[in-house]
This record gives sequence, structure tokens and C-alpha cells, in this order.
Amino acid sequence: MRYSGLRVIKEALTGHKGWKPTWRDATPQNHYDFLVIGGGGHGLATAYYLARNHGAKKIAVIEKGWIGGGNVGRNTTIVRSNYLLDGNEPFYEHSLKLWEGLEQDLNYNAMVSQRGILNLVHSDAQRDAFTRRGNAMILNGADADLMSTKDIQKRYPFLNVTDARFPIKGGLAQHRGGTVRHDAVAWGYARAADQLGVDIIQNCEVLGFRIESGKCLGVETSRGYIGASKVASCVAGSSGRLMAKAEMRLPIESHVLQAFVTEGLKPILPGVITFGAGHFYCSQSDKGGIVFGGDLDGYNSYAQRGNLPVVEDVCEGAMAIFPMLGRVRLLRMWGGIMDMSMDGSPIIDQTHIDSLYFNGGWCYGGFKATPASGWCYAHLLATDTPHEFATAFRFDRFAKGQNDR
Amino acid sequence: MIINHPILGPRDSAEFTYMGDAALLDRPDWQAKDALLQFIDYGYLRDNPAGPHTELWYHEQGDRSFLVITRDTTTHEISSVKLASDVARGRGRSK
Amino acid sequence: MSQINRLGGGQIDRTKTLNFKFDGKSFQGHDGDTLASALLANNVRLMGRSFKYHRPRGVLTSGSEEPNAIIELRDGARQEPNTRATTAELFEGLTAKSQNKIGSLRFDFMAINDRFSNFLTAGFYYKTFMWPAAFWERVYEPIIRKAAGLGSISFENDPDEYDRGFLYCDLLIIGAGPSGLAAALTAGRAGAQVILADEDYTMGGRLNSERFSFVDQSGADWAVKTVAELASLPNVRVMARTTVLGAFDHGIYGALERVSDHIAVPEAGKPRQILWKIYSKRSLLCAGATERPIAFENNDRPGIMLAGAMRSYANRWAVTAAHNVAIFTNNDDGHKTATDLHAAGVSIAAVVDIRQNAPPSQDYEVIAGGQVVNSTGRLGLTSIDISLPDGSRRTLPCGALGMSGGWNPNIHITSHHRGHPVWNEEIAAFGPPDNGPVGLSVAGAALGNFTTAGALASGSSKANTILKNLGIKENKLALPLAEDAPANMTPFWYVEGCSRAWLDQQNDVTVKDVKLSHQENFVSVEHLKRYTTLGMATDQGKTSNMGGLAIMAELTGKTIPEVGTTIFRPPYTPTAIGAFAGRDRGTDFRPTRQSPSHKWATEQGAVFVEVGMWLRAQWFPKAGETHWRESVDREVVATRKSVGICDVTTLGKIDVQGADFCYIPQQNLL
Repeated sequence: MRYSGLRVIKEALTGHKGWKPTWRDATPQNHYDFLVIGGGGHGLATAYYLARNHGAKKIAVIEKGWIGGGNVGRNTTIVRSNYLLDGNEPFYEHSLKLWEGLEQDLNYNAMVSQRGILNLVHSDAQRDAFTRRGNAMILNGADADLMSTKDIQKRYPFLNVTDARFPIKGGLAQHRGGTVRHDAVAWGYARAADQLGVDIIQNCEVLGFRIESGKCLGVETSRGYIGASKVASCVAGSSGRLMAKAEMRLPIESHVLQAFVTEGLKPILPGVITFGAGHFYCSQSDKGGIVFGGDLDGYNSYAQRGNLPVVEDVCEGAMAIFPMLGRVRLLRMWGGIMDMSMDGSPIIDQTHIDSLYFNGGWCYGGFKATPASGWCYAHLLATDTPHEFATAFRFDRFAKGQNDR
Repeated sequence: MIINHPILGPRDSAEFTYMGDAALLDRPDWQAKDALLQFIDYGYLRDNPAGPHTELWYHEQGDRSFLVITRDTTTHEISSVKLASDVARGRGRSK
Repeated sequence: MSQINRLGGGQIDRTKTLNFKFDGKSFQGHDGDTLASALLANNVRLMGRSFKYHRPRGVLTSGSEEPNAIIELRDGARQEPNTRATTAELFEGLTAKSQNKIGSLRFDFMAINDRFSNFLTAGFYYKTFMWPAAFWERVYEPIIRKAAGLGSISFENDPDEYDRGFLYCDLLIIGAGPSGLAAALTAGRAGAQVILADEDYTMGGRLNSERFSFVDQSGADWAVKTVAELASLPNVRVMARTTVLGAFDHGIYGALERVSDHIAVPEAGKPRQILWKIYSKRSLLCAGATERPIAFENNDRPGIMLAGAMRSYANRWAVTAAHNVAIFTNNDDGHKTATDLHAAGVSIAAVVDIRQNAPPSQDYEVIAGGQVVNSTGRLGLTSIDISLPDGSRRTLPCGALGMSGGWNPNIHITSHHRGHPVWNEEIAAFGPPDNGPVGLSVAGAALGNFTTAGALASGSSKANTILKNLGIKENKLALPLAEDAPANMTPFWYVEGCSRAWLDQQNDVTVKDVKLSHQENFVSVEHLKRYTTLGMATDQGKTSNMGGLAIMAELTGKTIPEVGTTIFRPPYTPTAIGAFAGRDRGTDFRPTRQSPSHKWATEQGAVFVEVGMWLRAQWFPKAGETHWRESVDREVVATRKSVGICDVTTLGKIDVQGADFCYIPQQNLL
């Protein structure tokens, strides 16, 4: 069933009887060609691109709880490709390009909204660093715009320039950056994958891997054993927990990152703005809430909740650049588990166990990577070679001293 | 969170800086044959358990001591707090 | 006297008349009123518009769980969007505006959305607005963004100050209703360090709303007496207007004290609000319960409210929403509202009780086995349609309707550590999880003890358990004789066959939306919430969630506990960002650090650069130099030829540790 404005009108006039399940609740089969563990954004995108780009059949995504229940369902929804290093920038720029065509590709309105992202600059040194970054972005085919204080004041007249401790001295803008309706990304990929025959299996928790003579044959789950030619872990913050079942240690620590949303307000912020003299970033959702975040709490945690010191720190950042938000009320705070890699970059790679693959280490930047992560992981799974944009995202970079590329 | 400092009593965790897995106390022998492998493991790989985790906290805004704390990463409950220097001495280290 | 809906009695001070404005029109109320009670007294039922369909809305509740009556309070730089009229205390000169409308509140052009509601069902936006691709940012989204959102801000800097502080106690008691007061009295008299916090400005909880809490005295009087005794104890800190926002690790709670929100402008030197971090050894949640609405067709009109709220308005604020009132209930508690309103001289159109064995009344009609199936009245209720047990229909004129679908314990804080609420069959509601925050106990209505006697006993006994735990001598309290009648509820969530029956009144989520969500496989409670936005409004689903769960349970053929519930996140009620930031704002956002040579450098006319929190001399311009490069070139040449000094304090400290640490500085190796 295709979604369209016409379809919405037709269904409205005929009692909404025609709407079908967005995805089927599949029953696990005995064996799959590809078994993706984790029904988050990355896992669902991987399954979709396996089917779409590589013509793969017999694909399943298994999910411990409900699809989209991890970080794709609890983030600050920002998409951008303003990276500096050559190992990163082409990957994130590919991701941004996929975001740009996502709705038409999936036939699902995930509200990809390119209202721009602005990183504020508060010192000369920061401006130098952002100039370098902007140039690197342009060299890799992305857009970047170094803005003066005057440009910024014109475009964002409400920013604090009167009594700021760290006055705004410019900014680096990526006008193609923006936000996406996060839950809809999971649902859109799930629906599109389902239509290509992917089995999506919820409430199916992995209890262990079946590994014989160095080869992974499948997984034991809460819904029985499922065999697979290739098993692909894609569980972000739960990576440590899951891969321990295959007796693997990872260059990853799981940390809590809190995020926040205010009550709904009439339009205030046009795009994403980040503060450069503290850790604070924000945007306004289409529903009207200001969505914002800041630093990690800073300790290992799987608890999906944080503590007050960081809440205060983040709100101080908010007041530093938007003293007009003082009376705006914070509605809800939550925490997600971040798979913090040792060098801040992700891993999309084969493991030392045959037929077992790993995708993780997204730190607190996994959401924007969703399409490219799925695209490149699907490529790796289908061809057993890393995608050209993900050659830097391998396990051996730490041993080879090639991290921080 | 509150950390019950062995010398100073209960202190807010905001006074501390988290320094990671307490396995970092045990630096590999740089003269060992497989020192390189050991250091890769030491520098980059972590157990990252969902459950009790033994970890280092540095009392940066206090007495500048290092503590070895056992804390459950699923509940944040702290079951043990020791001075890192005591832990190291307990393992036969002199300083 | 324009306060035509004012009744006798109540806790308002009629000697103090306060003038206020709503949407530019002047009204009068009294000291002790909230904005909502004062508007109702003036026969204003219409107070807002809903988020999506812009349906006319009045008050649903009398407290912080209010989804409908949200307004922009104050004006100028102090404008506060989305403020609940039900908790805003009236003060002289208060101004408020209705929000989220185009045109006037009565004639909101956006109400056209309601006509097209069949096209704007749950999640419709995920299925359209995709063609042509470039139109999203340029056409569709700007329209959607403008239409969405609720209140607006002034765009001026917040002129008020906020403080943050720390408090320590043996026992934090959250909520000062009957159970909280009994607990505080028990622990306070035993000598424990107690903090008693309540979000309301008058302590006592529902004791202020009921006429017959106690057998031989008024509940409100007992509350006043008890609070006075507690306030006199040096080991007890009584904090009214203080909302405990959330449970954090190791007994730390965040609480917001509204120091100055009940007056026009904070007194000189006083903050608007204080964010307290409370370090408690133990805590006791006595947050009471929230009444549940019942879903029936068009159950969202101004004048339709919770029966318990109606009783609060009558008994505490001496106000009725109309002079002809009906009740729709599934339990005995709903009948109390009819009794109290009748006694206050309000005419009772009928009590419609879904139960065949509803208690009869001498004073008004009771329709046993009946159901309210629809309502009429564009800007306010004019009549209800009732289906009678024999299947026939009857239309009953009335200006207000009280709904009572039973009560949900206020257990929000107990699941702040992500424990899942546990179903309690006895009260047909979710109770606290088994794995709540360590050190937190629950008492009173929050634990399902819905009678006054039960609440008092539970509060006192839980306090004694805690005292024992802390090694403090217990204290057996002589409790006042209180009402102990069970509510005899028969669970009832929605009227069979209803469709445009509101569950989430603010976000406009109806029974129909839940059905569509199910049809499209958004069956998990989390999917239901995210797809329909049920429970995601500014009230975080305090009155709406259960109805949605019950309907999803029926659709999936499961029980409510099998369907489960979403859990709660902090804060308990929305909290100003300014309060979390405290005084760390403006130029005080971070300290300004000066190096030892700062004074000297200033005297030399240095130009400083920000390096982290430090100010570092960048160059020293001399007379006649017009460009920084001239000064820097001169300094470089001078240094090459002779000697230069650089203060590198800003680069940080050097930490020297170890047994031979003295050696390094002594040898000038640094």
C-alpha cells in the first residue's frame, strides 16, 4: 500500500478501513540468510538496504522489546555532516544525502527538515578550528558557511549578545543540516523493509550465540533457536552486554546521555543551534517543544537515566545563549545508553568469529548516521568487504595506531 | 549520586571525576614479550558489564585521592568504596 | 456581584477582593482563589483550545494534572506560556491570556481543523506531505509549525532570579494530604529530621476538598492544626508550594519551591523560585491519587470535568461550574459530589451510575445502570444524552457534568528509576513497582488506601517502619476518627461504540485514534504513545493514559496488566529552565579567572583573550598603534632583542605526585 495525500483523503471518506499494519509481526523461521540483531534505526536500515541494494532474501530483524525502542526513539533528532576527518566526513555526507531522499525512497514522511545547523564560535581559536573544519567539509562535497556575528544576529536575533559571559563571535553553519522525526525513521524503515519481505520479530531477546569451530551458526533467543548464514549485531548501547555472550570484549564503554524537551511553544528556533563555550545543543520540534541536550553524565551506565548535576549544567548552557527561555518549562528528561568507543568513531566490521558481524560504537552521534550505517553495514554483510565510506571503521585501527583518523 | 569516601564520608559524586574501569590500575609490564598486545588490551578493550563494575573515581574537587568503587551500572547502587592506594598496596605494590 | 457561580463557605477570604484580567476582560475574585476557580466563579467555562482540533476547552481538574485550562500568565518579559489556571494563585492585577488560537477564544479560526478531523487522524502526517520533495521545508512544514505549539514566549530575557540550594533530612515526605500529615506528625514528634513538601499553597490535600473526612471535626481544620504543630517543631521543615520533581540516585530528590509565583513581582532580593536538592536517608511518597475520566462521545466540552475536582471547587473555593449539574460515575465517590453540591444549593440534574445497584438518593434522581453517551453545547455544555438500562435514550439539560471513573495512585516518582508499575486488581489501577528508588516507601492513596482513615493509618504506620529502620524510637499516634467507606468501584473505561471520545484532551487523542493505532500494528504501549501522542502533552498523561491502555487491552484481547503501561520520567510537573540554571547565567555563567599578572597587564593597557575561563593578555598596544599586528610585531622584535615575559597561568596547573615529589621543583626542572 502506497501512502499519499490522496490515500489519506480516500481513507478518511471510507472510514479508515483500508489502513494495513505498518509492518507484519513475523513468526521466527528456522533459518535466515541474514539475521540482524536489534530493531533500532540502524538494524532496520541494514535489513532494508540488504533487500533493496543487494537483492538479499530471507532477512530477519530480531528485537528484544519493541522496534525503535532504543536510541532512535530517544535522541535529539539532529542530522548533519559537519565532520573534519577524512575517515568520517564522506560517510556522514553520504548519510545526509540519503536523509535528503529518504521520504521518497521509503514512501514514509519522517519529516526530514533541513532548517540548518549553526555551531556558535566564541573565540578566535575556535573560529580557526571551524574554518578548517568548514574547508574540510567543502573538500568532501558537503556545504559549510562561516558566518559573522552580524550574519548571525540578522538570522537569529534572539541570541544573547547583551550580557554573555562568552560573547558570540561568529559561527559555522551547515544549512543542509537539520532534524528528523526520530520515531518515524524506525517505522519508515520497518515498513519499507517489511514490504521487501524482511521479517521483523519483536519481543525476541538473544540469550546466546551458537558458535562452533569459530563460526557463528545462529542465536538462541527467548523465542527459540534461529539459525543464520550471517549474524549481524546492531544494538548500540547494548553492544557490550550482547557481545559478552560471544565472549568478546570491545573498545566500547556504555554511558548515559540525557536529553530534554520543553512544553510545546509557538515557533522560536528556526534550526539547530549549538553553544561553543559549554556543551548545549537545541532545536524546536514541529510539535513545538524545544529539544535539547548536552554532556554525558560521565560514568558507565545501562540505567537509561541520569542525575541532576548534568541537568543543571545543560540548563546553564541554555540560559547562557537564550536568557529568554528562563520561564519556559522543561517537560521531560530521559536518558539513553551511548556506546562510547575509545576514539569517538564507530565500528562496522567483521568480528574474529566467522559469520558474526558487528556494528556499534556510535557514541552520541548514531542517529544522524542511521541511513549510511545501514547502507554500509548491508554492503559489508552482502559482500564481505567494507564499503568505501566505512574503511576507517574497523576493529584493527586501535592495534594499528590508526585511530583518530 | 553519593560516594561514601573512606576518609571524608559521604560526598556528592559531582565532586569527583570518573576515570574508568579499575582494571587501569594494573598497567602491563612494558618489558613482557607480548607487551604490545597487552597494552592494546589495556588501552582499548573494556568488559563494560551491565551489573557490578569496579571503577576509578578521582576526588578532584576534594582531597585528590583516587578511589576504587564497585557500582552496579544498571541501578547505580554502590557496594564498595576503597582508596585506590590501599587496593594497590593490597596487591603487593609499594606505593 | 458578578461572581454568579460563587457558593457559601470555602477557604477563600471574601474580605479581600482581587481584580484580574482574562483576555482583556476584567473580573474579580478573592484571596485563596486560583485563576481557574475565580474564572468559574465568574461563570467563565471556556478557558482554552485543544492542541490539534482547537476544540473549546474548560477545566477538567483542580490541580497540577490539568490538561485543558492552560494559559499565558502575566505579560511583558514575565509572560509564562502553558500555565495551568488550576494552580495559578490569584493576585491583585493578575493578567492572563488564552493561547493557541487565531482570532478570539470564542471564534478561533483554527477550529476548522475539527471539521477536517477525519483527515487529521493519528499519524496522518507520516503518510502525506511527501510530494514534491522540496515542499516540505518551504510549504508544508512552516504551516504545520505555525499551527502547532501551544503558548508563546515574550522573546525578552527573563528578569527574575532563581536560586539553588541543598537540604538534608532523615525523612522526606512528598505530599501533605492525610497520609503525609499523619506521617510527618509521627516522625516529627519522634524527633526525626523531617521535610514535608507539598505542591499546593494550602497543605492538607483532599482534606480541603471534602466535607466529611472526619467524624467529629472538619478535615481542613485538622490540617491547619497539624501543620501549625509541625511548623513549631525545630526538626521539621514544612514546605508549601514545593513540588518534588524527581527521584535521583542515592536518596537525592529535586524539588522546586515557588517562592514568588503567587505575587505579581518577586520582592527585592528574593528569587522567583528555588531548586532544592534534598539529600534524604528515607523518603515517603504520599502524593495521593488522580481521578479518571470516562470516555464517551464529545466528553471534552467546557463544563465536563472530574467529579472530585467539582467537589474541590465547591468545598475549598466555594464555586460551582454551573447551577445545574449532572454526575457520571462508576463508583460511590461520584455520589459524594452530588451530595455536596446539593447541600450547597446547586441543583442536581441526575447522577448517572453505570451500576445497577447504585445507591439511591432522597434529594435527586439517580439513574442506575445508565450511561452518558453524548453531549451538546458548542462553547460549553448545555445537555447530555443518556442511555437508560432499557435501551432508550434521554436528553438531560445541564451546565456541568462531573465524571468519576475511579482513581489512579500518583506513583510517578516511584518509577523514575525505570521500575514498572504493578497492577493492583483491588483498585483496578497501577500501583508502585517492586523496584522503585531505594529508600522510597509509599503510603496513603498513592498506595491504594483511598479512604481518609486508611490514608491516615497508612501514613503513620509507614513512618513508624521508617523510624525503626533509622534506629529512632517509634511513636504511636492517636489518629482522628475518619471516614472509612469503600468506594465500591466497578471498572468502566469507555462507553461501548464511542469514537470521538477524548482520552488525551490536550493532544486530541480519541478512542478512534487508539483503534487506528491498533489496526496499523502500533500495539506496544510505547508505540501507541508515540504514534498517537497519547500522554505526551504538558500533563504527561496524568488523566489520559489509563483509558488508552484499557482500550488497547480490549482490542488485543489482553488484560490491562498484560498490555502494561509506559513509565514516568522526571520532572513530575514541568519546571522552568531558569530554575535549573540558578544564578549561573549571563556574565555569571562561568567564573572569570584572572592570572596573577592581570592587574599589571590591565595597567599596561593589555587586550585580553578568553582562554577557557581565563583572561590572558593578548598584546599591549602603545600609543599610535592602530592595528594589533603593529603591537605584536613590536613585541616580537623586542623579545628577540632582549627578553619577554609571558604569564602562562592560564595553561593550567602541574600536578606533581609521588615519593620524590620535592626533587623536581628543587632542581628547577619545571
